Amino acid sequence: MAGYILKRLLSAIPVLLGITVIVFLIMALIPGDPATAILGSYATPENVEKLNRDLGLDKPLVQQYFIWLGNMLTGDFGTSFALNRPVLDEVLERFNATLVLAGTAFVICSVLGVAAGVVSAAQQYGLADKAITFVVLLGISIPSFFLGMMMILLFSVNLRWFPVSGMWPIYGARDIWALLDHLVLPALALAVVATGVIARLARSAMLEVLRQDFIRTARAKGVPERRVIWGHALRAAMVSIIPVLGIQAGFVLSGAVYIEMVFQWPGVGRMLVDAILKRDILLVQGGVVFVAACYVLFNIAVDVAQSLLDPRIKT
Amino acid sequence: MTAFLKLLARNRLALAGLIVMGLVAGLALVTPILPLADPDVTDTANRFKPPFSEGALLGTDHLGRDLLSRLLHGTRLSLAVGIAAAVVAATLGAAIGIIAGFYGGRTDNVIMRGVDMLMAFPYILLALAIVAALGPGLMNALIAVAAVNIPFFARNIRGITVGIAHKEFVDAARLSGMTDARIILTEVLPNVVPVIVIAMSTTIGWMILETAGLSFLGLGSQPPQADLGSMLGEARSALISNPHTSIVPGAMILIIVMAINLLGDGVRDALDPRLRSGALSRPLPATEVRRKGPVPAHDGEGLLALRDLETRFHVKDRVYKAVGGVSLSVRPGECLGIIGESGSGKSVTALSVMGLVASPPGVITGGAVYYDGQDLIGAPYSTLRRLRGEKVAYIFQDPLATLHPLYTVGDQLIEAIQVHHPVAKSEARARAIDLLKSVRIPNAESRIASYPHEMSGGMRQRVGIAMALANDPDVIIADEPTTALDVTVQAQILAVLDDLRRDRGLAIVFITHDFGVVAQLCDRVAVMYAGRIVEQGRTDEILRAPAHPYTSKLMECVPELGEGRRRLEAIPGLPPLVDRLPDGCAFAERCHRVQPDCRQGELTLEATNDSRKVRCRHPEPITRERAS
Repeated sequence: MAGYILKRLLSAIPVLLGITVIVFLIMALIPGDPATAILGSYATPENVEKLNRDLGLDKPLVQQYFIWLGNMLTGDFGTSFALNRPVLDEVLERFNATLVLAGTAFVICSVLGVAAGVVSAAQQYGLADKAITFVVLLGISIPSFFLGMMMILLFSVNLRWFPVSGMWPIYGARDIWALLDHLVLPALALAVVATGVIARLARSAMLEVLRQDFIRTARAKGVPERRVIWGHALRAAMVSIIPVLGIQAGFVLSGAVYIEMVFQWPGVGRMLVDAILKRDILLVQGGVVFVAACYVLFNIAVDVAQSLLDPRIKT
Repeated sequence: MTAFLKLLARNRLALAGLIVMGLVAGLALVTPILPLADPDVTDTANRFKPPFSEGALLGTDHLGRDLLSRLLHGTRLSLAVGIAAAVVAATLGAAIGIIAGFYGGRTDNVIMRGVDMLMAFPYILLALAIVAALGPGLMNALIAVAAVNIPFFARNIRGITVGIAHKEFVDAARLSGMTDARIILTEVLPNVVPVIVIAMSTTIGWMILETAGLSFLGLGSQPPQADLGSMLGEARSALISNPHTSIVPGAMILIIVMAINLLGDGVRDALDPRLRSGALSRPLPATEVRRKGPVPAHDGEGLLALRDLETRFHVKDRVYKAVGGVSLSVRPGECLGIIGESGSGKSVTALSVMGLVASPPGVITGGAVYYDGQDLIGAPYSTLRRLRGEKVAYIFQDPLATLHPLYTVGDQLIEAIQVHHPVAKSEARARAIDLLKSVRIPNAESRIASYPHEMSGGMRQRVGIAMALANDPDVIIADEPTTALDVTVQAQILAVLDDLRRDRGLAIVFITHDFGVVAQLCDRVAVMYAGRIVEQGRTDEILRAPAHPYTSKLMECVPELGEGRRRLEAIPGLPPLVDRLPDGCAFAERCHRVQPDCRQGELTLEATNDSRKVRCRHPEPITRERAS
């Protein structure tokens, strides 16, 4: 198993390098002179030239890439112009907040989505199946930012159950209860779409599995139906559900940007949008590379989980 | 194509989606000629007018602009951008996919590596990076959304193209000297287009959502121009005081995307043949029972007794009479063979006993199954569940498919014990090891931790037998347990079963299509054809003098050692389809003794002596003796 994990980690290296190349190339697309883009059109030519030199932008593209990559490997992601602070510090702090939000949403969508899919398949064409299918359709069709706004209207403004926005109360203790209180609505809003996608897939995976011969064997043994569904069938269906959980994790992680905007959550997505609007290129670059790298590592964890679940996978 | 449209129309939800989408698209098209206020003219004196006010049906926004007008213009813009993004992504993605799939080798490798890299990004993050480089703006948002969807199309289309690139018609085109470009355009593309269209129909909703999302973030359409996303983004600051300005564009996005999703699902369902045949329905915990006639009474014979059992498959408007009134019984310590060709209904008969016939489509429509005097067919699920594996156990064919692939054989055995007996796991484990030993599995202590895929076919079959024995049942129903095995392993398995029957007084129902196996193991045998028993009696009697022509033909299919002179006969023709059984004898078409009266009326199973029954008007002459 340790060998398998190491192998997967090594195979991630070219992917991570590829990600840096793609981000670098995208940033190289910036029309005109990046320094002008950063400093604005009123910058003096001397300042632009100095900045270009400071950024190493006077060098050839390939050399620029390796300088940038080398710096990142030593933990130097550059300095944010707008914030005047090291990019990595800012990204790490913001990523923490995103991780809390996206992590919670991921747990919610995995548990709810799989459960809904299983119930739906077990009651195929029944009332529960129809209700779940409808809610799921609604869930995958509603923009998460619109859903978030409607949740604020209903649960925060009208019912006053939860705070309207933010991660912490402005006054008062910053304890776990305060965090949970602020977390419920954004995490739910973020989880809805992924829940729908997972529920759909879990339903069809379960239907596929329930027709297999080993389900008939379990029933012939006298295994209670509840255990046939939630044990035998779900265990087998997880083999095709887990890769989708991995994909959905990416959607939750990057889709957090909308929810962070709606709920004023101090996460990395909001940071990126602000940085894009302020043309804070280094911050965008650093943020994107960092989040994408984390996602690649997360997918390795998914593969490892998959190999633990399915003994037929050669490790 | 018309068949496809008909299927789509039959799906009411998809039709609803189509109609809503048509209405929205129609409205968007005629928006410029509708008598609407200018969407961009501000009138701050009249800001935040509520819906249904004078001159503004949906009210006004924070700058006093008419919301209805802005909504329709925004819808127009959102649809246009979403569709444009889908077309761009589909075109570029398909082009990349076709090139990668058509040329293969190095080209394919390099391209697909790049595609995989792009797919390693969290989707929206990549779009943000692209917008960051190009700068905010609707056109740039469109490019970003299209770009992040290219890998999806490229991958799908590549898969299809690889399949097509090796087809004969492409080879023929190559040989005829056509250029690659022409082959791609005339041979490959027409076969790929339907896939592109389906992929588009399922992703266009996403594209509209994503562009709306970028606009919502302020990275898409820039004021005063507004698509639905930026309308929602601008309205956000007035969410609490004037929610209608948010609800109007948000609801429109929801309606559009939902309609597209409904339509996309309908298209997919119409094209997926498995959904059409209903093969994707799940089997219920126990076979559905719809008995019409009176329940036949128990005549007291046998530990397990089937009385006029009828099982049918309802597939769409067809009814397949898989089991058409079968009566059988088996006593403790006795082995009853059920023999017949594939499709003769022997497995369905066996599965009906404990309600294990997949349902839908299976329905038990008549008869009774008595175990120890209790009718199982009318029994509630909880009763069946308690008896399954505990009193009546099954051994199935092909244990690679019938054992759970992700549980160790030990866990599967332990579970079989624990669902009926509340014993500690260690105790159940010890019993499991004993069971494995009793079916002669070597190294049972270590084998218990193996997964089914790590064992040989013979070993797996023994595990299947051990599992059936786990609770010391009274009856074992073995459904072709040796069919997939080679002859030596088969002989060993039969020996194991035979010992168990003698040692434990098991009643065995043994299903097979092999008379050789019947001769070795079974006391009595029932021959099935087209869902009915055609002959029944003691094995030695039937082997010596088969009465039904089908039985004698079936016996001629068995090779005998040292009998090299006899021809190995196959029975000509095929069994009749059980949804259209002919009048009279079902075997008449293939019978060498057929007479005109065989094709009329109902044939009954007549007793010829106290243990022998045959369903034939012109049976084989009794005098005919087989090799002794």
